[in-house]
Amino acid sequence: MAVVFQAIGAATALSSANVFDSKRIQFSYGRSLSERKASICAVRSDGMLYSGSSPRGRKPEPLISNAVATKAEGSTASAASKPGHELLLYEALREGLEEEMARDPTVCVIGEDVGHYGGSYKVTRGLAEKYGDLRVLDTPIAENSFTGMAIGAAMTGLRPIVEGMNMGFLLLAFNQISNNCGMLHYTSGGQFTIPVVIRGPGGVGRQLGAEHSQRLESYFQSIPGIQLVACSTPYNAKGLMKAAIRSENPVILFEHVLLYNLKERIPDEEYVLNLEEAEMVRPGEHVTILTYSRMRYHVMQATKMLVNKGYDPEVIDIRSLKPFDLYTIGNSVKKTHRVLIVEECMRTGGIGASLTAAINENFHDYLDAPIVCLSSQDVPTPYAGTLEEWTVVQPPQIVTAVEQLCQLQ
Amino acid sequence: MASLGAVINHHSCWVPHFTDHHPQSPSNPIHHFLRNPDAISSSNNTTPFASNRFNYTEAGRRLDSIGDTTDDTGVLNFPGGKVKFTPEMEFVSPSSTERIRCYRVLDDNGQPITNHNFVQISEEVAVKMYSDMATLQVMDTIFYEAQRQGRISFYLTTIGEEAINIASAAALHFDDLIFPQYREPGVLLWRGFTLQEFANQCFGNEADYGKGRQMPIHYGSNKHNYITVSSTIATQLPHAVGAAYALKMDGRDACTVTYFGDGGTSEGDFHAALNFAAVMEAPVIFICRNNGWAISTPVSDQFRSDGIAVRGQAYGVHSIRVDGNDALAMFSAVEAARRIAINEQKPILIEALTYRAGHHSTSDDSTKYRPAEEIEWWRIEQDPVSRFRKWIEANGWWSDEAEYKHRTTIRKQLLDAIQVAEKSKKPPIAEMFADVYDVPPSNLFEQERSLRETIQRHPQDFPPDFPF
Repeated sequence: MAVVFQAIGAATALSSANVFDSKRIQFSYGRSLSERKASICAVRSDGMLYSGSSPRGRKPEPLISNAVATKAEGSTASAASKPGHELLLYEALREGLEEEMARDPTVCVIGEDVGHYGGSYKVTRGLAEKYGDLRVLDTPIAENSFTGMAIGAAMTGLRPIVEGMNMGFLLLAFNQISNNCGMLHYTSGGQFTIPVVIRGPGGVGRQLGAEHSQRLESYFQSIPGIQLVACSTPYNAKGLMKAAIRSENPVILFEHVLLYNLKERIPDEEYVLNLEEAEMVRPGEHVTILTYSRMRYHVMQATKMLVNKGYDPEVIDIRSLKPFDLYTIGNSVKKTHRVLIVEECMRTGGIGASLTAAINENFHDYLDAPIVCLSSQDVPTPYAGTLEEWTVVQPPQIVTAVEQLCQLQ
Repeated sequence: MASLGAVINHHSCWVPHFTDHHPQSPSNPIHHFLRNPDAISSSNNTTPFASNRFNYTEAGRRLDSIGDTTDDTGVLNFPGGKVKFTPEMEFVSPSSTERIRCYRVLDDNGQPITNHNFVQISEEVAVKMYSDMATLQVMDTIFYEAQRQGRISFYLTTIGEEAINIASAAALHFDDLIFPQYREPGVLLWRGFTLQEFANQCFGNEADYGKGRQMPIHYGSNKHNYITVSSTIATQLPHAVGAAYALKMDGRDACTVTYFGDGGTSEGDFHAALNFAAVMEAPVIFICRNNGWAISTPVSDQFRSDGIAVRGQAYGVHSIRVDGNDALAMFSAVEAARRIAINEQKPILIEALTYRAGHHSTSDDSTKYRPAEEIEWWRIEQDPVSRFRKWIEANGWWSDEAEYKHRTTIRKQLLDAIQVAEKSKKPPIAEMFADVYDVPPSNLFEQERSLRETIQRHPQDFPPDFPF
């Protein structure tokens, strides 16, 4: 029974990786960083339809250049039929934000450097000039307090969006988020609603150091009264942003530092996504791969390799971290009977841990194999480039995990 | 082509503000982006904060160009404004020789010290103020006893701070949003919260607006503009600033008012809220009930500043120290503060000096850390209620008879209210899962179903009148 932990990639120095079974494939991980970067290309939604099923045997298959199923498979807005417009993820966030601010005068933004500076990731660029200082408010450096401010403003009828410059900084706001944001609607007997959106970039980036590589979704997931969503493409970033702003509940929207410059063509017409829905990225038959945020791209990269090896993985971007979309996930589990979770959270107490428990509880009878969860190790994120690479799940590990899973009967 | 491996946008968050990104005047030696406070306050725009703060202001001035002053102190325009130099090295002492003076109108015998500089209140207002203060006293006594009898689980009295509660509430308007700590039920009382409603919350029955979800004394009522009490200390201060910011955006003729104790001023939220309110020029009134004790911690162990009023100055906030046991002084100060806050759109800090003449709560026995004589002295000799009573009686607006009648009536009403509240049903199970979100999500649906099943399967383990 193989439960794959971190397959420490490099064939060289880390033979002391004691979780490694010697019979496992030692793939050479010698490609340079720049090579790897070049191979991670932008995801396009109007990709080719994946046609035909792959037999279990290892017949040679033509190289599929794009392993992403077309959006027409399930979602409402069909990007393939309308021309749409191309933009980057941070621009999509801004577009969603701007549309909501134009639509509803109570929507406002609060955060550090969001005003004239335009936000440290340019998500709020231009908004202060358009809507004024009061609606795009620069705050002093006191996360707990401006989050508290947003809560007070929300109880008075505004719909504030709090931007944490980096998700890790919102740890300072934990008191307000846990004790007040999630609670006051309940303890007041429903008298006061708190329709705030708390958003910001998190995740492991490019050598930002431990303090700036936090994954807060695991800490926040227990707080009752809040909803958590994670965006991963420009399309869902805009849709989730709009949905979060319109929601009456407090919503925390997790963005990823490395995904802001993703480019995609999104529809011109207005659309709002469902906060509690997962996204079917690629239907398949052999294994269900559940992931979110940046790891979606590592999974899709691994999927290309898997498809070439004859596997047919079903990839679901869970998007909604609290509550889980157990309907979509359940249907997938009932079809494939094998689950692999790929996340960026730490092993202990991460989203994957909760998801594993939820799936085991609800769909135990449908599983042919134990759920495998690939996560980051329980270490602070190291700074050195190579070490940082190894702390995040990489596509070859995902390939190995799927192969392991599918070999079990 | 954008790529996943793209470098983080290099306008990263760690570029300090003072770096010169402005390409226009390369010949200027120092060209900082300076928030010149004068530029903002002199704005005549109907929408303040429009684009004034985006004007670049030249901050740097060479030292040798200051030839216009004859004294050798000189001035340099550092970011933040002009400051004079001095060749004398002097450490500013933490407190001046004299503490900030305390504003008071009535002396210990309830007689006005002076005939001006306070608001003359009408008989109607004065009588309502007094009767509400007396009601608060009776309410505290009876609920405290009810807790001791085991009828409610917890209670927290306002003994000694009745004037702060009622007089401040009387000076405010109904539209002013209240963000309380937990020792301000008098504000709710003034606004019309009935004794029955207080009792319902303390008993957590189905008529409680909080639907039985909070401990006793955690009152909250949106129709009275009183935000639900949250147990956490000082978290309501930033809330008040945020709400004031909302009022400011709306241009409403209202302000927010928030209360906290001396202990609460040690929290980080106090610092940040004052700072934010000053920077944002938000119409908030911060009322600190400096009652000398934070459970067992005396103020000498809480801070070393000259109380709280002096701190307001440090943040750029207008502050005043008031005799919190003097109802007229409290009324006048709060009334003036409200006018300034709304008309001039700025925060005000009021430090009301008083004494916590009761225990911190029913879980506390304060004779363990302070002498019983001290408590007695403050409770009897410095009672704000009797002091105000002397004033209204001197005006012929109150009498012994009225006193007796009022207190017995209230006492009876309270006992009745408690009986009714005690007998009322507790909230049903559905209320345990409602209001976590606007609509219960599937997992809560599941959990409620599971709980109901459990109760049905094991009815003997639950009380017979368990509210289904």
